[in-house]
Amino acid sequence: MSHSHVSTTINGQAVQYACPTDASLLEVLRDQLGMTGTKEGCGSGDCGACSVSLDGRLVCSCLVLGVEAQGRTVDTIEGMADKNKLHTLQTKFLEHAALQCGICTPGVLVAARSLLEKNPDPTEQEVRYWLAGNLCRCTGYDKIIRAVLEAAKAMREEQA
Amino acid sequence: MQYIAPTTSAAAVAALAACNGDARLLAGGTDILVRLQADLVEPDLLVDIKHIVACQHITEDASGFIIGAAVPSAQLGEHARLSQVWPGIVEGMGLVGSTQVQGRATLTGNLCNASPAADGVPAMVAAGATACVVGPNGTRQLAVEDIPTGPGQISLANNEMIESFSLPPRPPRSSDAYIRFIPRTEMDIAVVGAAVNLTLDETGTCIAACVVLGAVGPTFITVNAAAEALIGSQVDEAALQAVQNACSTAATPISDKRGTAEFRKHTAGVIARRAAIVAHSRALA
Ligand SMILES: Cc1cc2nc3c(=O)[nH]c(=O)nc-3n(C[C@H](O)[C@H](O)[C@H](O)COP(=O)(O)OP(=O)(O)OC[C@H]3O[C@@H](n4cnc5c(N)ncnc54)[C@H](O)[C@@H]3O)c2cc1C
Ligand code: FES
Ligand code: FES
Repeated sequence: MSHSHVSTTINGQAVQYACPTDASLLEVLRDQLGMTGTKEGCGSGDCGACSVSLDGRLVCSCLVLGVEAQGRTVDTIEGMADKNKLHTLQTKFLEHAALQCGICTPGVLVAARSLLEKNPDPTEQEVRYWLAGNLCRCTGYDKIIRAVLEAAKAMREEQA
Repeated sequence: MQYIAPTTSAAAVAALAACNGDARLLAGGTDILVRLQADLVEPDLLVDIKHIVACQHITEDASGFIIGAAVPSAQLGEHARLSQVWPGIVEGMGLVGSTQVQGRATLTGNLCNASPAADGVPAMVAAGATACVVGPNGTRQLAVEDIPTGPGQISLANNEMIESFSLPPRPPRSSDAYIRFIPRTEMDIAVVGAAVNLTLDETGTCIAACVVLGAVGPTFITVNAAAEALIGSQVDEAALQAVQNACSTAATPISDKRGTAEFRKHTAGVIARRAAIVAHSRALA
């Protein structure tokens, strides 16, 4: 298996790695770079646990090759909190108990951040459709949706 | 496996031709990378088209829209003009998978993966879209309807690639729609899909129409009898009933766990009728 050398930007920092050409970005993040915040649920695009932003677009990192990150920017869950200060989405997830086992949570948070960047004031229906590709076997979704709506509200108030 | 990301279609096609083993094109990867991870395909060479400038953009001129082969579904939806002029094409790809999948999935991959249930294909066929196909001997224009030939089968040669799609110029009072039936509200594969593209004159009479079904045959099905029922009508109840009957008759589904053939034939008619109603109201708007 041939390896490729990749230069990319992850959470604002320049990163270089060499990876097998058939390795997914998810495998590179977790196994080579030790960034295990991004989770693997299915490996086939169905669960959203591996969600990251690639050049600002929400994608499943299990369906991106590590080599495709060359020259691009990747944003993962590790870049969400500002050092010890949690992102408003993270705070609201804790307040609303929007997680139980937590496996889906990084993917949900990254997906929700991407929604709020595009649409700071989404309706409940818009949140539900946007997150339809993020499966959660624990919460029943309702608390997740409520936490995202509350975070959106708090972030709008911070902006105002 | 070798991976390359050329910046021109000519270089991509040259690399396909030069490869002795199994060479594949990579657009959004939402079909091919699933197959790669599952070891269903083991290409020797993967040629990524996303760095080819001619594949990256949506442009509009007097002869219509050109959609680059690497444009993902999300980019279609963000294009206000395309969404206004060809809402059916945008909504077809907007049904593919999740937000995450739509960040990557392209019309090109949807067409070339050649699933009978591909959600992007019926509206492209109904639009009369053509593909700009680049091969070792240059470029040719191929109607999208001539590309899928069966489940997983397309008419392109191994050393050819789609660079872009052209949509024809749009007369006034034209619109389109794509509707699919799935048992859930999201993240599912079409049991039936239907696209309708139509044009009205000043008096509201339909003067051009195309009706295309998905997921009820080995590839899409163009239902000429349904188009004929619309043309010359005011898209009234009699015409809609004729569309429904024609589509139920034309559908050739199989029975599987997702529905019996009888159910899918009936549903094909109902969904086509609804797509006609939506396309009609959009054309009047
Ligand atoms: C979770 C999930 C849900 C999905 N849901 C749906 C759904 O609801 N409806 C649906 O229709 N599909 C669905 N799909 C399938 C898939 O997302 C679509 O078919 C998508 O449009 C494929 O596009 P792509 O760009 O990702 O293709 P790729 O995987 O990049 O390529 C697909 C095929 O096209 C070929 N190809 C790529 N570029 C070119 C080119 N320029 N010229 C010629 N051939 C080329 C490739 O070699 C490959 O054979 C789903 C997939 C996943 C993972
Ligand atoms: S691990 Fe990527 S979508 Fe499930
Ligand atoms: S909290 Fe357990 S899967 Fe969502």
